[in-house]
Amino acid sequence: MTALADHDTPVDEVDATPVLEVDGLSVEVRTITGTLRAVNEVSFEAHRGETLALLGESGCGKSMTATALVGLLEPVADIVGGTAKLGGRTGQVDLFSADRKKRREMAGTELAIVFQDALTALNPLYTVGTQLAEPFRIHQGMSAKDAKAKAIDLMTRVGIPQPQTRLNSYPHQFSGGMRQRLLIAMAVALNPSVLIADEPTTALDVTVQAQIMALLRDLRSEYHMAVVLITHDLALVAEEADRVAVMYAGNIVETGTVAEVFGNPKHPYTKGLLNSVPVNARRGDDLKSIGGSPPDLHSIPQGCVYQARCPLAAEVCKTTRPTLATVGTGRKAACHFPEEVKNV
Amino acid sequence: MSEMPKVTEVTENLLEVRDVRKSFRVPHAGKNKLQALDGITLDLARGQTLGLVGESGCGKSTLARTLMMLERPDEGTVRFDGVDPFSLRGADLLKFRSRVQMVFQDPYASLNSRMTAADIIAEPWRSHKELIKNRQDRDMRVRGLLDLVGLGVKAANKFPQEFSGGQRQRIGIARALALNPDVIICDEPVSALDLSVQAQVLNLLNDLQQQLKISYVFISHDLSVVRHVADRVAVMYLGKIIENGPTEAVFERPNHPYTAALMSAAPTLDGEQRKQRILLKGEVPSPINPPSGCRFRTRCWKATDVCATTSPTASVDPEIADHSALCHHPMLLEGSGLESVSV
Repeated sequence: MTALADHDTPVDEVDATPVLEVDGLSVEVRTITGTLRAVNEVSFEAHRGETLALLGESGCGKSMTATALVGLLEPVADIVGGTAKLGGRTGQVDLFSADRKKRREMAGTELAIVFQDALTALNPLYTVGTQLAEPFRIHQGMSAKDAKAKAIDLMTRVGIPQPQTRLNSYPHQFSGGMRQRLLIAMAVALNPSVLIADEPTTALDVTVQAQIMALLRDLRSEYHMAVVLITHDLALVAEEADRVAVMYAGNIVETGTVAEVFGNPKHPYTKGLLNSVPVNARRGDDLKSIGGSPPDLHSIPQGCVYQARCPLAAEVCKTTRPTLATVGTGRKAACHFPEEVKNV
Repeated sequence: MSEMPKVTEVTENLLEVRDVRKSFRVPHAGKNKLQALDGITLDLARGQTLGLVGESGCGKSTLARTLMMLERPDEGTVRFDGVDPFSLRGADLLKFRSRVQMVFQDPYASLNSRMTAADIIAEPWRSHKELIKNRQDRDMRVRGLLDLVGLGVKAANKFPQEFSGGQRQRIGIARALALNPDVIICDEPVSALDLSVQAQVLNLLNDLQQQLKISYVFISHDLSVVRHVADRVAVMYLGKIIENGPTEAVFERPNHPYTAALMSAAPTLDGEQRKQRILLKGEVPSPINPPSGCRFRTRCWKATDVCATTSPTASVDPEIADHSALCHHPMLLEGSGLESVSV
């Protein structure tokens, strides 16, 4: 009952023009101790047929970026700048200036999200069949009978056994892996252009994680979607993503193809993260950790966000914040000394 | 029991667990019980680290709780320095409890937010009064422990919420060290921490082991972490240790198909180099109604009729005597069997 999967990520045709262009996105959060900037001028683009990873540690703003894009920010958080142009079937739309009606139309049909915690993302009071049929009922005005048939198709597609009977089960009657499959089924139901996966496998065991990631890969090919994978797991990025944007304290500090960024990092934070992974480290060896902890978003220093933990920090890093500048073909890094990172 | 992986005698075993079984009654399961531990045998030598690996529900935490004497096994024996801790009473029991301490997974939930760091670290001494002389001694020892875990004496009067996750875990480690234990059971001690901080805490645990000669039982789902910290690894599946051996042997030449699948499922940084991965179908069956014979047979590509009828016995690595697996079709003897599986 075991399948051997060819490890090579399927090489999909990647569209030349990006389907999603995020430019200068900034999000501020109002807290009792003042307003803090959780996402600072974040720009990236996603192409159909490829997986872009937003990589970073807790509090770096990766999930906030995702929730801003899908329009699910908490009331205390506001988008204070930037555009997000989504070029779907109906032409290019700026997600942040579109009205509510337009946003609703695009939810699921153009842009969909898979959350980390499937149990809270699913409604405990409705059967999964009802919830899976909902996108078809709302967006395509299907009859209950047709929508149910569609739901069964979807459940079969994402690998849920006995869909006809499981249709009438409630979310709590499914295992963690199966719930994540249901969530993915709902997300791809209307064939979106962009699928955002926010830590989709963090709560799952590794053997189940492997299954879910394989499913996401297959669906990406099948629907020719752009996948934005939000994660803190470097190894997952190495195996699943084509390009990566590394985030730190609300800023993107480095972008490029995974092979180049991981093979030859141009930002000391990326290098520090890679060094912290206990891979190949022998028993008893000291891991090269990054000293200190990420800065408090209330008191982001002037100059570079990473200066306090950076072995390369110099006088210029305290005064001037480095911009995300080109450091190679298709690569950018926000560091004053990108060429010295290899010596860290 | 003969079916358990045989472990060669390591000099001076601090901890010896022999055929421990533990089941729980669960609601709505009829006469069936949840068999959390199904004949666990393992050894832990002084100053060594035993890695416990397995997916959720495999019994890792029940085993940890049994070693902490928070659960009494239904059958089997636990020997700590030659003594059965479950036979102890009164002062002897209290003394024993000081020798085995625990570091918890969640550094936010495991520290009382109304106590200062110093109070948290000193709290174990309220039960073990003989270990400190007086107030000055207490304060001095707290400062020493804070220093030892790299927090500095200024941390003493701060509250947990003033610390980051990594610093909180250091407080948890200092509290575990307060009673000079022989063994610290680390239950996923770094999985709640960010990667950059995780490395700091792993380095600290390693330094402490070198300095204080503590043994660790290190429970983790992160295989790369276990490979880094453990001398020996025990892989658990549905209440059984299905493979057990020196860390490098288990990682380099897995003998049990489940171990191989687990290793292959975990993403790695150099993943591009790997050409194929074993993708297991389905999920771990319920421990309330586990499969007959071999527990893993429902997901195993090598399963045959014998796997359904008979519990497998230990198969020893032909080259490394203290590396064994519970399998009818061990990979080291029969090959991976992956060639014949359809891709």
